[in-house]
Amino acid sequence: MSLISVRDLSVTLGHSRILHDINLTLDPGEIVTLVGPNGSGKSTLVRAVIGAVQSTRGQIIRRPGLRIGYVPQKLHIDPTLPLTVMRFLNLPKRVSTVRAEQALAQAGVEAVARRQMADLSGGQLQRVLLARALLDEPELLILDEATQGLDQPGSAAFYQQIETVRSELGCGVLMVSHELHVVMAASDRVICLNGHVCCEGAPEHVASAPAYRALFGTGTQGALALYRHQHDHAHDDECEHDHAHEAAE
Amino acid sequence: MSFLDDFLVRTVLASVGVALAAAPLGCFVVWRRMAYFSDATAHAAILGVAIALAFDLSIFAGVLAVSLAMALSVSSLTGRGQAVDTVLGVAAHSALALGLVAASLLTDNRFDLTTYLFGDVLAVSKGELGWIWGGAVLVSLLLLWRWNALLLSTLNPDLAHASGVDPRREQMILTLALAVTVAVAIKVIGALLIGAMLIIPAATARPLARTPESMMVIAALFGVAAAIGGFSLSFELDTQTGPTIVSVAAILFAAVSVTALIGRRVKR
Repeated sequence: MSLISVRDLSVTLGHSRILHDINLTLDPGEIVTLVGPNGSGKSTLVRAVIGAVQSTRGQIIRRPGLRIGYVPQKLHIDPTLPLTVMRFLNLPKRVSTVRAEQALAQAGVEAVARRQMADLSGGQLQRVLLARALLDEPELLILDEATQGLDQPGSAAFYQQIETVRSELGCGVLMVSHELHVVMAASDRVICLNGHVCCEGAPEHVASAPAYRALFGTGTQGALALYRHQHDHAHDDECEHDHAHEAAE
Repeated sequence: MSFLDDFLVRTVLASVGVALAAAPLGCFVVWRRMAYFSDATAHAAILGVAIALAFDLSIFAGVLAVSLAMALSVSSLTGRGQAVDTVLGVAAHSALALGLVAASLLTDNRFDLTTYLFGDVLAVSKGELGWIWGGAVLVSLLLLWRWNALLLSTLNPDLAHASGVDPRREQMILTLALAVTVAVAIKVIGALLIGAMLIIPAATARPLARTPESMMVIAALFGVAAAIGGFSLSFELDTQTGPTIVSVAAILFAAVSVTALIGRRVKR
């Protein structure tokens, strides 16, 4: 059974329709990456999956009892809040020191348990967030642009860590990323989002398409190319909105 | 009960009760940057007092109801086209002004305004002491019960959602705790200075704490010290108790901040 399956999901926030007719499934052990231009609804989709955003239509079916580990885009620690790494890992459930150390090691960061969260470097903080997500031995790991603010080698190392974790835990991974080169190398499947699922497939498949070059372009050409390159999606002909307009946004 | 018949004992107990309720809540007010929010809620209390007196209700009930209504309407108004501090600025000052107008409409001498603006802890009755400690215990239990969930929601709402914690619910619990604290503190410290008892002890504790829990405990200690110290000093100097308590809290804050600053310089 799939870890999650999203069926005909639509999300409207305020007056703007962020996502519509989203269908996707994620299987155990699979790394799926969401790509797409700014404002294409990547984060909204991820937040809908963790329950932070209400869907307007459609449903998200989680495998019963599914354990999810979530790594947010960025964690801002208010300077007025004193918080050690160890205390952070104990939120909201208490964990043993041994387990916490284990998770930190698994996330590739050690000897920080007693440090203040606010004193960590960007890379260390992301790994501590990863460690917290791993505490529960998640069956599904969700990362929302977890490498924001890391330099190229830093984010490459981080994605490598994700692959290692995946092979150790056998968990599914759903992540959002802007960094196509790294993503293409580390994903089993790439889903291109622009309010709806524009295209999806193996990284090579997406990368070889003209769409890949145009993925973050704003020209009409790019958006249309994304459609032409489709082999495996059904709604081309019934798509009711104006792509040229959307691409120009 | 002869012990509680002594107004000095009642005064100390009332101040300490308020300090204990305010300290943990004050930490959240500081962490979540709700200082202005707590002021708005506290200022609304004056309106609550006026309404309670006009309709012969209990002061606690009136203050609690109006503070709660204020806190809830501010929570729901924010994020709809107005910046949070603008909404709060409108709400805080309007509530205070409305309260003052309502107070002056009550022409008979039932309403001594300064009592509710600055507190009159010397006049706390046995019954009121019961309310104060009841409220303080309620707030402490609420925060203790939700502590981890509150902390996680404060840190990051999405992380909270992913762990099955609803941050909006936690926000409601804080709002409720704040309204209760305002209701129990108004007689002791006054509507204008409740915010000070929330924020100053927590801010004083910050440089000395390494975890949220230690910050909360240290804040409570500073709050109690300010309450007892301020009370004794006001007795000695024959000054108003509420403002004296806040002044002692401010002196403690200055002392700790300067010490921490020097300590950091020396380390370098």
